[in-house]
Amino acid sequence: MNGLMISLQDAVVQGVLWGIMVLGVYITYKLLDIADLTVDGSFALGGCVCAIMVLVFKMDPWVALLLAGMAGMVAGAITGLLHTVFEIPAILAGILTQIGLWSINLRIMSGKSNIPLLKTDTIVSKFIDFTGANKQAASLIIGVGIAVIMIVLLYCFFGTEIGSAMRATGNNEAMVRALGVNTNWTKLLALTISNGLVGISGGLVCQSQKYADIGMGTGAIVIGLAAIVIGEVLMGKLRSFGSKLTSAVVGSVIYFVIRAVVLRMGMNANDMKLLSAAIVAVALCVPVVLRKWRLKAAYTEGGE
Amino acid sequence: MLEIKNVKKTFNKNTINEKKALNGINLQLNEGDFVTVIGGNGAGKSTTLNMIAGVYPIDSGRIEIDGVNISRYPEYKRAQYIGRVFQDPMMGTAAGMEIQENMALAYRRGKGRGLAWGIRQSEKSYYQEALKKLDLGLENRMTNKVGLLSGGQRQALTLLMATLQKPKILLLDEHTAALDPKTAKKVLEITEEIVGEQNLTTMMITHNMKDAIQIGNRLIMMHEGKIIYDISGEEKNHLEVEDLLRKFEEASGEEFSNDRMILAK
Ligand SMILES: Nc1ncnc2c1ncn2[C@@H]1O[C@H](COP(=O)(O)OP(=O)(O)O)[C@@H](O)[C@H]1O
Ligand SMILES: [Mg+2]
Repeated sequence: MNGLMISLQDAVVQGVLWGIMVLGVYITYKLLDIADLTVDGSFALGGCVCAIMVLVFKMDPWVALLLAGMAGMVAGAITGLLHTVFEIPAILAGILTQIGLWSINLRIMSGKSNIPLLKTDTIVSKFIDFTGANKQAASLIIGVGIAVIMIVLLYCFFGTEIGSAMRATGNNEAMVRALGVNTNWTKLLALTISNGLVGISGGLVCQSQKYADIGMGTGAIVIGLAAIVIGEVLMGKLRSFGSKLTSAVVGSVIYFVIRAVVLRMGMNANDMKLLSAAIVAVALCVPVVLRKWRLKAAYTEGGE
Repeated sequence: MLEIKNVKKTFNKNTINEKKALNGINLQLNEGDFVTVIGGNGAGKSTTLNMIAGVYPIDSGRIEIDGVNISRYPEYKRAQYIGRVFQDPMMGTAAGMEIQENMALAYRRGKGRGLAWGIRQSEKSYYQEALKKLDLGLENRMTNKVGLLSGGQRQALTLLMATLQKPKILLLDEHTAALDPKTAKKVLEITEEIVGEQNLTTMMITHNMKDAIQIGNRLIMMHEGKIIYDISGEEKNHLEVEDLLRKFEEASGEEFSNDRMILAK
């Protein structure tokens, strides 16, 4: 029982830290209707940059986290340029950046596929030194704190002139252009901000688990989409933009809790990706099936 | 005001689907002109408006507004001069956003957008007043999502949005065609009211000959990418639908054909 509690607590912490990434996915997927595959690469990029900055360049872990976010933004901007200026379909543009980032991430880590941060300071260890909290509590407080800050910042940003133009771009691109907004710019900006969040999330996960790994971002997009789906199921009734952002992070926490439970019940960890993919696939299929079914059910031979 | 000089446009050049849509359009609008545009299917009416708005680049020619050559401006940059309403009521508004948010976006047409709030408290009463004039009850639904509105309401709102920030030219592309006759009439009335009030230079494509004759001070007819008839003032006032049909046959050597065209007198 005790083991379960610990793994559940772990799951909540992970869920919150990954939740920052889900916020990023939310921006591209829900607001702009782009499934941005860059995130697998930019999440790992954030982790790798963070690890190297702390370990090799002896940087303050908070500064390293900031750099992880900036690295993610650059990655997002590259996808954005490929997609807007060069008109490559968004999915393909994301894949190209993601694949390219694999090599870049390995180079950042000097060819090593894993870099442990055993003796260096992290934001978690600094927080523990400062407050005396235990490791899990410290990670949780930091994660929740950053998530809240990000949600507030995003909430404010999407209320600004640029932010509303960005939301409208996902709604009706032709209209937004007719109202004088360069939609290439809004999309580029959205992809940049989104991957900035993903990079920060990668950096946070790296610091909390005390290592960066080349494969740490693999499947991140699917985790992000699954978390969004779960969040919508749980909190879909809430309409305000703030609660929608919050639902992304909550969805992420529930995702990791579900994951911990099924792993505990004996599911092979390698099957987890299949489960995530299935959750997303089902969520995408259900509305289509329902629509087709309703169309069929509405048919009457007499035309009544 | 608006000056179009020998504008040509061919779609899908050098392919099997090559289509000459505009064959040298020349047109000069004066300040305050309200021009109705008629013509058969595929005559190039929508393409003309799209070229002015910059939806696609033109192949050759020149488009000027108030002496500014906008021929090579991208669509978003021309928006500072142009208000637009499309045929499809879905196209002019963002369904997932509130009525007031849509208006705030439109109010900033052609202005730089920064990190100031997307909608200020002080604007809201202005929007409310404007909505009241539509007389559709929308002034009490400012925080409703636009997706909840009917097609007619959305078209009326789009029209209002296009003119919140006075455009140098208003482009209407069969903006009542998708509406039922009663709603279409209402939206047309609103159109005349707004255009009259602000003395807007306007181009309105319509498939209703009677409207084309009754509304505005000038009428142009298009055929195969050319303007084949241009009439204004007193002469236009005395126009009948038969005259238009005859003019069309004279100019084109064909019978008028437009399956949507309303020829009723
Ligand atoms: N984006 C496009 N791509 C290819 N052909 C087009 C495009 N837009 C219009 N056309 C063609 O150009 C011609 C003029 O179209 P349009 O201006 O829409 O006619 P209408 O007078 O009915 O509004 C038509 O033959 C149409 O098929
Ligand atoms: Mg047309």
